[in-house]
Amino acid sequence: MRRILENVAITGATPMGPRATTLTMGPVLFNWPAEQWRDFYFRIADEAPVEHVCVGEIVCSRRQPFYNSVIADVVERLERAGKTVLLSSLALPTLDRELRAESALRESSQMIEANDISMLRLLRPRPHAIGPLVNVYNERTAQLLASHGAARICLPPELPLASIEAIAKATPEAAIEVWAFGRAPLAISARCYHARLHGRMKDSCQFVCDQDPDGLPVATVDDQKFLTVNGVQTLSHTYCCLLNEVSKLMDIGVASLRLSPHTVNMVAVAQLFRDVVDRRREPQSALAALSDICPDVEFSNGFIHGDVGARFVTA
Amino acid sequence: MGASKGALELVCPAGTPAALRAAIESGADAVYCGFRDETNARNFPGLNFSRDELRQAVMFAHQKGAKVLVAINTFPRAGDVGPWLRAVDDAAAFNADAVILADLGLLAYAAKEHPNLRLHLSVQAGAANTDAISFYVEAFSVKRVVLPRVLSVPEIAKMTRTVPCETEVFVFGGLCVMEEGRCSLSSYASGKSPNMHGVCSPASHVSYTEEGGSLVSRLGDFTINRVPSDQSVGYPTLCKGRFKTKFGAAHIFEDPVSLDARVLLPALRDAGVKALKIEGRQRGRAYVGAVVKTFRDAVDALERGETAPSGALTTLTEGQSATCGGYLKTWR
Repeated sequence: MRRILENVAITGATPMGPRATTLTMGPVLFNWPAEQWRDFYFRIADEAPVEHVCVGEIVCSRRQPFYNSVIADVVERLERAGKTVLLSSLALPTLDRELRAESALRESSQMIEANDISMLRLLRPRPHAIGPLVNVYNERTAQLLASHGAARICLPPELPLASIEAIAKATPEAAIEVWAFGRAPLAISARCYHARLHGRMKDSCQFVCDQDPDGLPVATVDDQKFLTVNGVQTLSHTYCCLLNEVSKLMDIGVASLRLSPHTVNMVAVAQLFRDVVDRRREPQSALAALSDICPDVEFSNGFIHGDVGARFVTA
Repeated sequence: MGASKGALELVCPAGTPAALRAAIESGADAVYCGFRDETNARNFPGLNFSRDELRQAVMFAHQKGAKVLVAINTFPRAGDVGPWLRAVDDAAAFNADAVILADLGLLAYAAKEHPNLRLHLSVQAGAANTDAISFYVEAFSVKRVVLPRVLSVPEIAKMTRTVPCETEVFVFGGLCVMEEGRCSLSSYASGKSPNMHGVCSPASHVSYTEEGGSLVSRLGDFTINRVPSDQSVGYPTLCKGRFKTKFGAAHIFEDPVSLDARVLLPALRDAGVKALKIEGRQRGRAYVGAVVKTFRDAVDALERGETAPSGALTTLTEGQSATCGGYLKTWR
């Protein structure tokens, strides 16, 4: 209890004053069937204590058509439930049709989350968000983006706490967000590793990535669990989990925590983060509950501690 | 120095002053190098240039009619951007012909403080399409972009026609299979990343052990490859490793091969590419000299309208085998 009071005092003493920390449900990174994708967001709309929800395919443009028939319903349901919807752009657009689709995003009334620099030219000076796959490593870059209209910036998952703090302090005009739950996106390629593993070409992949709704497990040859493959994307095996760091992140002015969707009960995950943010639950107890929600999942928080990303640092 | 220097500029790596001299004497039109700290993406022990060395390198290069491009292409550390700003200031003060940058904030600084300093966009910026490149040109007057190795030759040709700046492409050396500048695989396993520390799969975190008839290479705690003891295991660059999936053990991201795009030089020239880049600032002067000479001959032959000689460079390539990389997109 004493620690909580101290935290309140510290928060209140910052030049910005206390700022409510919100939760953001990131975009679904994996190839889920359209119906499952829609129902996931419907449930988030109805039940999850999150303020912002990102919608849109960011990994592979070949998957986009599947969601076209349901995305309008999803956005409407989320907005009706009082959520702020962000439309997330593709991470590595290279084809003409991909760039045209990016350009078309501008017509929407929702805020766009840019996951590639190419969007910046289309978006400024209109208020927009910067996604975690755009390189924002320091306050100068954050300030520059804010001056171009970035109202929200989700930082790259590999940033240590000191960097997050320096950026948040120097960029009060943008809401700074941190990757707080879910497999960390580690790399993106033009090449599809799902297709490669299945012995297929990228353009005739038959969407084999739908067999792995949380990613395809990759172990070392010594059977250490290591990475996961999600089409052109490579993610961590571990799920990043910053429950222990919530209080510190709030102290340094982080405005929002990002939860990245997995097939586990994401409403329950969001509730745990909400309870810790609201200081209704101790992180240790929430972490224990999270382990029950995510059986067989290993957690990591090494990046934020400036350590090996795969590690879970308890200190 | 090559007898003829046409439109295609040969941009060569220099990890040390000795390699810089070797590159220039073997026919480099330009060399690229970095300061001896984490401001550049080849921050390896024993490599790179002190302030004095860089100043002298520029003078030497200019006497020989070659250019020096200074790579300051990691992402400045939040709360401590000073070393990166000073690197830009010093490169400008030493009369470097260009700086190669990746970070938005640093580009803005250089454009504002050194309006006469030529800016090249590093491959680490990961600008893979016309809109992204145009953004950098419009915002910072970038004069040249180094294209990611994920593009095919037709894509390079199209982009070169549409972007409002010069393009530079890699033609030889190590090969990133992930989009450059957007990869945290190394820091996930070792805590050290290309973007923040200028290293990928750093030697300080690499180990080789003999275990019951096997030779095992590790990065941090993770096994990157395991081969019978009588075989060569190779350097454990993470994405070149052999891993297990439900399909068995394989090099799931990329086979450990190097890029050699010599056969594509005519196509790259016809595409309007301005500069050809050779990777390898971590390489010694003998390697640099040999590779640069080979490419000088190839470019000169091309300009004379002759077929480029197909000399043996395979002994110099990683894994002793070479590929045209993504440029042919055999997997699309």
